[in-house]
Amino acid sequence: MSNSTSTTSQSLGTQVRKSIFRVGIPNTDRKRVLVVLGNVFLHLHPTKVRTSGVKLRYTWCAGGLSFFLFLVLTLTGVLLMFYYRPTVEGAYVDMLDIRSQVPFGIMRELHRWSAHAMVIMVMVHMFRVFMTGSYKPPREFNWVIGVILLVLTFLLSFTGYLLPWDQLAIWAITVGSNMAKAHPFVGAAGPFSDFLQIGGVPLVHPGSDARFMLLGAKEIGGTTLLRFYVLHCVGLPLVAATLMAVHFWRIRKDGGISGPL
Amino acid sequence: MAAAAYAPTETSAWFEAFKAFSNLLADPRLSFALATFGLFAALRWRRAVFNWWVGGAVLVGLAIFFIVGLKDPNFRLIVAKPDNVPITIMLFLTTFTLWLAMVQAVNNDRRAEQKLPPEEKETSQQKTWVWPDLLYIEFIALILCSVALILWAIYLRAPLEEPANPSVTPNPSKAPWYFLGLQEMLVYYDPWYAGVVLPLIIIFGLMAIPYIDNNPKGNGYYTFAERKFAITLFLYGYLALWVFMIITGTFLRGPGWNFFGPFEYWDPHKVVALNNVNVSDYVWVVLFPKIYQLTGIEWFNQGLPPVRNVIWQLIPPSWENTREFWHEVGMAFKREFAGIFFLAFYFLVLPGILAKTWMKKFYEQLDFVRYSILVFLVLTMGTLPLKMVCRWLFNLKYFIDTPWIKF
Repeated sequence: MSNSTSTTSQSLGTQVRKSIFRVGIPNTDRKRVLVVLGNVFLHLHPTKVRTSGVKLRYTWCAGGLSFFLFLVLTLTGVLLMFYYRPTVEGAYVDMLDIRSQVPFGIMRELHRWSAHAMVIMVMVHMFRVFMTGSYKPPREFNWVIGVILLVLTFLLSFTGYLLPWDQLAIWAITVGSNMAKAHPFVGAAGPFSDFLQIGGVPLVHPGSDARFMLLGAKEIGGTTLLRFYVLHCVGLPLVAATLMAVHFWRIRKDGGISGPL
Repeated sequence: MAAAAYAPTETSAWFEAFKAFSNLLADPRLSFALATFGLFAALRWRRAVFNWWVGGAVLVGLAIFFIVGLKDPNFRLIVAKPDNVPITIMLFLTTFTLWLAMVQAVNNDRRAEQKLPPEEKETSQQKTWVWPDLLYIEFIALILCSVALILWAIYLRAPLEEPANPSVTPNPSKAPWYFLGLQEMLVYYDPWYAGVVLPLIIIFGLMAIPYIDNNPKGNGYYTFAERKFAITLFLYGYLALWVFMIITGTFLRGPGWNFFGPFEYWDPHKVVALNNVNVSDYVWVVLFPKIYQLTGIEWFNQGLPPVRNVIWQLIPPSWENTREFWHEVGMAFKREFAGIFFLAFYFLVLPGILAKTWMKKFYEQLDFVRYSILVFLVLTMGTLPLKMVCRWLFNLKYFIDTPWIKF
């Protein structure tokens, strides 16, 4: 690039525009490279990809849409957090307010349907990756990351399910978290847990077992709500975002979108 | 959240017959068999099944079923429930994506027979610019997805029931829909297995796939012929044991987790006889008394040996307690010997037999560790249909029923 861009010869508008979009309209191959390389978001992609991998009937856009749904969920989730208090007294009332008082009150709908859609889309993505044999070397480890991301998607959805604090929420979480007390050894109702006792005093009981750790109490209550809220809004998204970064990075490092060699 | 009772409204005889037939087909005993054999038949005759005509007919048929079915208030009540809408979407999407994958697989297999490379190969050595070619596809997908979400959000309100009340238990209580496959498995397994061990096996089994499947073919293109076993196994697990179970758990399980057809009223007072028995009951209560009658040997007439629930207390260690505990374990072995033999045969001997027969090819292709993991995963997966079929045919509850562990 010639260094003729002295600020005096430019209008203010040009200077602002060029400071943001350095490349300009990507109408040459050189600029097509630069626009992708120079943009942090576009840089998720390489500058060129396998033609067979771009076809919609090959990838179904399932992975990309899963990521997009995650972004939608982050955005709508942050907006919902402005109106929501994770307390037994506040949660349900805030749900009613989000529904009736907040302008353009479809944020919760967008969030919930995106969440369901993301679970489905991640499953579809896994199905596509299996059917094209894309888990095969050198992409084995990325498949493993993908399985963890699938589990995280379930957990994200599961922790979010409690937050409306209505009958649907607490009973679905009751059924789900009842599984935690069935853990062998560490669940109070699970096999072998009563072996762990000292002098007849049980070590694993409803006040100390795996379910207690999950709920923060013997029964679902305010502590559970707070725990699930923190996991849902901070803990799990951080883990998921980190693993997504690894997932995308590995796609690039393992040779991009799969295709016959 | 009690569902209102619906008096049968005036409908045509055809519609009544359609509803009765659907209820009959939906019974897991029949629908699971249909799903299993349907899947295998579709894969066997894949060239006749996975084409535009059959694919279109199945999707249109499904759509007609749902549209016609929605005339029925009981069907509407369960299918139009806001949180169940995603499952209908999943049903259509799963059907469509199965078709989409298999059409391309069949096409590539046909090309392979003509010594042509897979269709993806035609363009896999070429490169396409990300800007604009990939980005505009992504952009359009993104916009369509957003539009769909916004329309969905406008037309369907997110569910909000009465405030949480720990003292009012809804019947049925259901987990979120993606866990309903696991909840459905609670019918056949104990919670420690269906809720903890099996999910872990599923997760680790999925992770193990790329390390077990050492077939170099079919990497990066759709094919069936080159990966018959892998794809059949995965499709069976994904479609018959995961998606099917979710649909059953959502649409067909009502109060008391009893089965209800899609057009059946969810009667909370429906009584279903629970007369499930264990393998040990069959042996000690049914079989051995018969042998006693025939042979007159007194030993066969002792009835079900009792097993007490003795806890093995580790601290402080006590000789008395340890001896008592192992005595009861011995009694449990005696009582449950048939089930223990069967499971030992199933998990320890059967892999060896399979290595010489049906899975000989894999035993030769894979090393011992990989083969063992594969066969363990296949057999573990197989216990679910096995337990389902045994439940339906023999009312079987447990293979092994001890005070400490049940399977």
